[in-house]
Amino acid sequence: MNLTRREQLTGRVFLIALIVVTLLPFVSMLSAALQPRGTVPSGLDWPSDPQWGNFADAFTAANMGALLRSSLLIVAGVVPVSVLIATMAGFGLGQLRVPGGRLVFGLFLLGLTLPFEAVVTPLYYQMQDLGLLNTRWAIILPLIGLYMPFAVFWMRAHFTNVPVELTEAARVDGSSTWQLFWRVQVPLARPAIASLTILMFLWTWNQFLLAIVLVDDATKRTMAGALGAFQGQWGTDLVLLCAGSLLILTPTLIVFLIFQRQFIKALIQGSVKG
Amino acid sequence: MTSALGSAPTGRDDRRARPTPTRAHRSRWARAAGTGWLYVLPALVMYAVFVLRPLVLTLQYSLYDWNGIGVARWVGLDNYLTVFTDSDLLKIIGNAIVLIVFFSFIPVALGLLVASMVRRITTGPFGTVVRTILFLPQVIPLVAAGIAWSWLLSSNGLVNQVLRAVGLGGVARAWLGDFDTALPAVGVIGAWVLLGLCTILLVTGMSKIDPALYEAARLDGAGPFREFFAVTLPSLRQEIGVCLTVTIIAALASFDIVYISTSGGPGLQTTVPGLEIYRLAFSQRQVGLASALAVVLMLLVLACVLPIQRLSRGEKS
Repeated sequence: MNLTRREQLTGRVFLIALIVVTLLPFVSMLSAALQPRGTVPSGLDWPSDPQWGNFADAFTAANMGALLRSSLLIVAGVVPVSVLIATMAGFGLGQLRVPGGRLVFGLFLLGLTLPFEAVVTPLYYQMQDLGLLNTRWAIILPLIGLYMPFAVFWMRAHFTNVPVELTEAARVDGSSTWQLFWRVQVPLARPAIASLTILMFLWTWNQFLLAIVLVDDATKRTMAGALGAFQGQWGTDLVLLCAGSLLILTPTLIVFLIFQRQFIKALIQGSVKG
Repeated sequence: MTSALGSAPTGRDDRRARPTPTRAHRSRWARAAGTGWLYVLPALVMYAVFVLRPLVLTLQYSLYDWNGIGVARWVGLDNYLTVFTDSDLLKIIGNAIVLIVFFSFIPVALGLLVASMVRRITTGPFGTVVRTILFLPQVIPLVAAGIAWSWLLSSNGLVNQVLRAVGLGGVARAWLGDFDTALPAVGVIGAWVLLGLCTILLVTGMSKIDPALYEAARLDGAGPFREFFAVTLPSLRQEIGVCLTVTIIAALASFDIVYISTSGGPGLQTTVPGLEIYRLAFSQRQVGLASALAVVLMLLVLACVLPIQRLSRGEKS
């Protein structure tokens, strides 16, 4: 291409600097996590005798087993339902074009830039009235609602681009709307659904505000919420804090590395559309 | 040939030619409309119960003086008056606006710089590795980013270690605890989280620019600067718009990073509206004032984001 070699080189240097800056916090945390317990680590200082056992201590201290289970339960409660009802709504608004659909869509758009802080206080009292405070439902139910603006927007964008002739043809064949939706449209929407699923998994796993406001018990929170509690409890023990934080990060990192292609695609599309 | 048969093909042609349904089409849809609503309803109900209802309640609370338990007292717009006159609250809103510089302008500017030099990240394995690493901060919880950076910026942390190593030990300090540096330090954490995302979005946008445009610019004798302002910047309008939207929302609605790294301190130096809403509502039991601040925050986000949307999408479509 028309880039000179010197320009290409400067570009590479910048990119590598960026990568180093991105990775340094993780490396620094790892070096602190491997120091002997009870010492005060300093900067980036690789220990001569790395204490991998600290991770085992952190696993017990953070009650990781319970945290993983809790996060998985919350994800299982939020993601499938959100994806299903958002896909149905996207189909209704984008493909069936229900009367009054534009108005409803406008209503959803209203929530697209809504900071969660704006509704968290009433949600607290609402959950209190429903007797759901300090249960996982207090995180699950509001999250489904809060995801709807983006999710419906996303799925509607997909269904608007599917030619109406497809629906028409299926109707002539005498299939019901549900058959049309489930057998024809959903399989075609698979890429859009996959990206949405990934984004919602990530957002749920990392949700912090709702977790700390609506659930006191760290073992009933999301991973991010639990990490907040862990910091509160072990904030002064830097070695254990770093080990615990890295442990709590690991599941997301593993899932990210396995599905990284899909993740990056979803994140790029997600921010472009959102 | 009967008229019915004669009209049928025209009807079908109409249907193909126009996106808007014909009358025959429409009657079939009218029957389906009831069914159609059943598809929209579950999402709408969840949204109404867990977003719209709380939103209306926030508006309502904001007009009352309420401690969350006792009887609420109607105060009209007094809470809003407090938000706009109380010096602490104004400072807190100002903090969020300062954070925009760090969360938004710095990542976008640096992202543009890298993007204009890299233009496309290699497609091979090296490209995949680069993309994966730059996306890491987007994948981990913000809480984790907050913990990692609290450690980096602490008095024994890596930042000070580096400063001492290059002979700048004099400026070393507990960055997040210092009155003057706490807010910029929080900003740096946000910049770190958002830099990779902006870079990748901008580089992706850059790879879609027609190389002929650059060749034409070079033939006209444009240097790298003119090339940047004449070709790169205008072509990346939409991507820049996206980056600004995402990052400005992240700055104004920030909560996680601040809560973990400074809890708003020292003093009110790093307190942001999100944190103050949380405190007012749940520690100080001033639900009305918290709600008024929440409404102001919501409007502030819209006031920043809507013009950007209009500017970046406007002329393209």
